[in-house]
Amino acid sequence: MMSFELELILVLVAVAAACALPGAFLVLRRMSLVSDAIGHVLLFGIVLAYFVTQDADSPWLLFGAAATGVVTVALVELLQKTQLVKEDAAIGLVFPALFAAGVLLASLYLRQTHLDVDRVLLGYPEYAREARWEIAGTPVKPLWVMLGVLALNALLLAIFYKELKLTTFDPALAASLGFRPGLMHYGLMADVSLTAVAAFDAVGPVLVVGFFVIPAAAAFLLTDRLSVLLVLAATLGAVGGTAGTHLAIRFDTNIAGTVAATLGAIFALALLLAPHRGVLAQLATRRRQTRRFHETMLAIHLFQHEGTAAEAEESRIAGLHEHLHWPPGRVEAVLRGAERSGLIARAGEYLKLTVSGRARAREVLH
Amino acid sequence: MTFETLLVELNTSALWTVALGTAALGLVAGSVGSFAVLRRQSLQGDMVSHAALPGLAAAFLLGAREPVYLILGGAVAGWLAMLCVGFVQRRSRVPFDAALGGALAVFFGLGLVLLTYIQRHVPGASLHPLDRYLFGQAALLREEDLRVIGWLGAIALLLLAAFWNPFKLLSFDPDYAASLGYRVRLLDLLLTTLTVTAVVIGLKAVGVVLMTALLIAPAAAARQWSNRLGGVVLLAGLFGALAGLGGTIGGHLAGRGVPTGPTIVLAATGLVLFSLVFGSARGLLWTRLRMAGS
Repeated sequence: MMSFELELILVLVAVAAACALPGAFLVLRRMSLVSDAIGHVLLFGIVLAYFVTQDADSPWLLFGAAATGVVTVALVELLQKTQLVKEDAAIGLVFPALFAAGVLLASLYLRQTHLDVDRVLLGYPEYAREARWEIAGTPVKPLWVMLGVLALNALLLAIFYKELKLTTFDPALAASLGFRPGLMHYGLMADVSLTAVAAFDAVGPVLVVGFFVIPAAAAFLLTDRLSVLLVLAATLGAVGGTAGTHLAIRFDTNIAGTVAATLGAIFALALLLAPHRGVLAQLATRRRQTRRFHETMLAIHLFQHEGTAAEAEESRIAGLHEHLHWPPGRVEAVLRGAERSGLIARAGEYLKLTVSGRARAREVLH
Repeated sequence: MTFETLLVELNTSALWTVALGTAALGLVAGSVGSFAVLRRQSLQGDMVSHAALPGLAAAFLLGAREPVYLILGGAVAGWLAMLCVGFVQRRSRVPFDAALGGALAVFFGLGLVLLTYIQRHVPGASLHPLDRYLFGQAALLREEDLRVIGWLGAIALLLLAAFWNPFKLLSFDPDYAASLGYRVRLLDLLLTTLTVTAVVIGLKAVGVVLMTALLIAPAAAARQWSNRLGGVVLLAGLFGALAGLGGTIGGHLAGRGVPTGPTIVLAATGLVLFSLVFGSARGLLWTRLRMAGS
């Protein structure tokens, strides 16, 4: 018997990793908000499936709900094709309407079941402990269902990696090579729907978009290779799931919400610290470029007046800030940098260009 | 239910106070939302309304109980979320829609964290049904809520009227607006603020999860009836008010405990479907007839 905390952590890790894999393609295909829409309409699908099966614990609930997700995507595309509304408005019309219908039906008829609206909205991973589904007569815990979906996603990815990659980055080429981008699109949507349904109890309809998008977006800042991105996204999701669940239990807060916030913190770290693309790296690059620019300006200034009558006056350190129109504080900093780079040498209160300083000026001027 | 019992059912002044409130915020959301839809920013409203939750909760934790301060907290959080999305968009290659979805989940998650913290640790919190803000409960609208909706809504509509021409220009051709010397960034900021305002005043009645529909649906419906911005905005305001009114009454008839957010959204969706088919400017039916006639 696993401990309560370990089991919860495993559920959230499985959710985050399972969502991150298809989520990476959603981010790359600029379809992130479709997962938001799918997450919302699942409630409607689950309620409908419940009316049909009359059993809140039936595994068919999963498939009924997943089908609604795909139908939603088709509805949005249909609405867009009428050209009466734009894409963003089409998404914004379809999913609130279906979600509203789901909430209304659930609050009218399902108050007593586990589909209780408030609980459903907030996400309730504690359910993972209870064996809810029966498959072929054996009770199955939601944790195992979630791990199963994670395995399925990894498997699908392994099988269709080439197809997904090509249809994502160059749909036209993919179509001309006979890869059927439309089929991959709906396959991905079906997988997103199924994953969102499996994650539904744990994270609810609203937060699920974060589980799809945030780890993938963070990974997107860290690498240029798709294969690395996928592994990284799943790993970051798992890290967020572990840390977030731990924090939530420690501080007695909503687990799904805490994990979503933790994933956000991970993204913020990636945004700040990513090599090359991170905010700090960008700042450092800009500073380096600015410094190099100033040093080059100094070299050119000295070079232009080398051997002229004005050389003495123009290369006097105390007068530099006037000649170059620099704030006085900058001169000393640039001089130190230029000296270190070997562009200039001090001669008393005057400056002399070195050979490499002269070369730098010539390189820019010619 | 006979017509007479229906009338008796509806004949309570409390219901009409509430219906007046939702109609007013439908009017504001519809008018302001028209610009959001026109500028293809429909889903920004969704993000803002979800992001308002931690602001509401934080204001509550800081001791705010009056609707004005709660709304202010929500607006600040919605604003912060917009700033975050803007920062990510400018400073990284993460696509805009991913930033939007991510910010929505992070802020909403933080909101849930604060909400559960309040429920478990703030004494007397259950007297203030903060969780009703999730799906909206118009029946909880008090007179002070109506005053806030009225004042803020009126200010928003007045600003919309005062800056009508610049906003119009900004929505159709921002580059041209800039070349004419308009401060485009400032105008954009103002219009966004109006959207945030329209969202936060509706949170109590419609809820953070569904408020976006009240921005988008009336505008999408109105667009099918008119090809002029003025017509669209006026009609969207009217449709929004109708949806608020109809949804509140429908929710009331459906019984106690039914959240009003969904009923208002379904009323608005009904208007959209009707307009998509019968809209006189672009509706499917008239387009067919016109094609058959020519």
